[in-house]
Amino acid sequence: MTKLQTLPAAGDSADKTAKSPRRRESPGNLAFSRSARIKGLIKHAILILVGGVMIYPLLWMVVSSLRPNDLIFREPGLWLDSLEMSNYTDGWSALTHPFGHYMINSAIVVLGSIVGNLISCSMAAYAFARLQFSGKKLFFGIMLLTIMLPFHVVIVPQYILFSQIGWVNTFWPLIVPKLLATDAFFVFLMVQFIRGIPKDLDEAARIDGAGHPRIFLRVILPLMVPALATTTIFTFIWTWNDFFGALIYLTDPDMFTVPVALRAFVDSQSATSWGSLFAMSIVSLFPVFLVFLFGQRFLIKGIATTGIK
Amino acid sequence: MSAIGELSTMTRRKGPMTKEEKKANGRDNKAAYIFLLPWLVGLVVITVGPMLMSLYLSFTDYNLLQPPEWVGLDNFVRMFGDARLHNSLRVTFTYVLVGVPLQLAVALLIALVLDKGLRGLPFYRSIFYLPSLLGGSVAVAILWKQIFGTTGLVNQVLAMIGIEGPGWISDPNTALGSIILLHVWTFGSPMIIFLAGLRQIPNMYYEAAKVDGATTIQQFWRITLPMLSPIIFFNLVLQIIGSFQSFTQAFIVSGGNGGPSDSTMFFTLYLYQKGFGQFDMGYASAMAWFLLVIIGVFTAINFIASKYWVFYDD
Repeated sequence: MTKLQTLPAAGDSADKTAKSPRRRESPGNLAFSRSARIKGLIKHAILILVGGVMIYPLLWMVVSSLRPNDLIFREPGLWLDSLEMSNYTDGWSALTHPFGHYMINSAIVVLGSIVGNLISCSMAAYAFARLQFSGKKLFFGIMLLTIMLPFHVVIVPQYILFSQIGWVNTFWPLIVPKLLATDAFFVFLMVQFIRGIPKDLDEAARIDGAGHPRIFLRVILPLMVPALATTTIFTFIWTWNDFFGALIYLTDPDMFTVPVALRAFVDSQSATSWGSLFAMSIVSLFPVFLVFLFGQRFLIKGIATTGIK
Repeated sequence: MSAIGELSTMTRRKGPMTKEEKKANGRDNKAAYIFLLPWLVGLVVITVGPMLMSLYLSFTDYNLLQPPEWVGLDNFVRMFGDARLHNSLRVTFTYVLVGVPLQLAVALLIALVLDKGLRGLPFYRSIFYLPSLLGGSVAVAILWKQIFGTTGLVNQVLAMIGIEGPGWISDPNTALGSIILLHVWTFGSPMIIFLAGLRQIPNMYYEAAKVDGATTIQQFWRITLPMLSPIIFFNLVLQIIGSFQSFTQAFIVSGGNGGPSDSTMFFTLYLYQKGFGQFDMGYASAMAWFLLVIIGVFTAINFIASKYWVFYDD
């Protein structure tokens, strides 16, 4: 099970090309290498075409957000005659609060969720990966099952629970579950990672008289930084994008996070304000894009090893 | 390897504990439960408790204001006669049964093209992966609403070659298709799982096949596909479970009502309307359990069928 952990994930591919003999064509055969080159060209053509079609709508949205409104319905190209920033200034102040207000709300929820996931999931993962206790197999099985449990089965009673303790229109319903390791999937990711850390290190610490809290904090945690980084990045992106939870729990515009604010915007907009709608959509995607840019390595490793979204 | 792999080995490996396990048992109980405490509290308060509660509520009539009133199987009987619910099932099944295979096919195809040590792989991979991260957002759903609108990007492009396209999302015949396309658009994450899987197929198989004169296509059917089947299976299970629950895209694209004429009324959307629009919490709970059963049945079918086509190398 830990095998995948130690194998290079799709992430480290650059060195692969040189090493694997399957990808080397026999050097002596000229005709063969020419057909291989053509094959390569065809492949690049396919990839550029598919990639271009995929990314085009995003690029077009960026360009359109910088255009006067009427052009959005007439101009499928990416050429910009002039830079129109008014969509951004209009969109920023189109709702009850400036858009920054919603971004701060989102940031609070994201931060709380990250802290919650890091603490609670790493603790549970340490227990599952390193400790022997009665009921371990049963609990581990349950934990794996909860990864696949549809959210909707629990949402109604959860809503009743949180509304009875007066937490509707607060961020608690979005943060507290993370403090309780309900994103089991990160528990699993971390269990996988800890299993790959040599047990000798724990033993050495134990011989030196360290108890479990100390082994966890001083030995395991520092070594599982990559897993913590993956968890942080995924939590960031999923929480930032989370719509359903916010839609249910946050009905007061003061408390809106970015996705529900955008939804309010799209509902209120007249046919003429697509430009500012696009502009705010891009503002809302920007943090995700940044995280993607800088955290790609962890993202791709995380997916390749645990096979998540 | 994966949560699913782990689960299936757990069920395979039943049997009495080894001596070592027995000896070790109970040794760290106290420490373990302290470490597990947040998770255990979450399991009881956030997951299992609400599950049982929603099971109970599914047999009641409950609107949040009055206390729940026991109505026996009424909610389930109502579901039998609820034409909108049947329609929402049809929509959801179409989405899952068309969208998931299509997305996985594209993911596999691109992964195969990318796998052969192509120059610029990290760049391509990033491009293909980016939509997976953005696809669940409201912003992209808004973009989709525009580009598949009557005067949207798609029709602007079609107009350039003289075709007058329909209003994709305002036409009941094409609205669901536009949302399925959005799902296919996020093929990047299964693609990365496929890439990792392809990396693990030992090269000697291909070399041996080449020596025997196998063509590329034969190699694909006889080596790549069987060796990759556990990964395909894993992707299939995950994507099906996830797709049954998809909500945001249909909600935003349809403006929250599942229209036009209920053609994008996903099961989850209908559940939301019943539960949080009309506060018919009993009915919504019954629907949620029905969804759980559907997903469970699909997953079970998947696991049973996997015996016939998934090849384990161990």
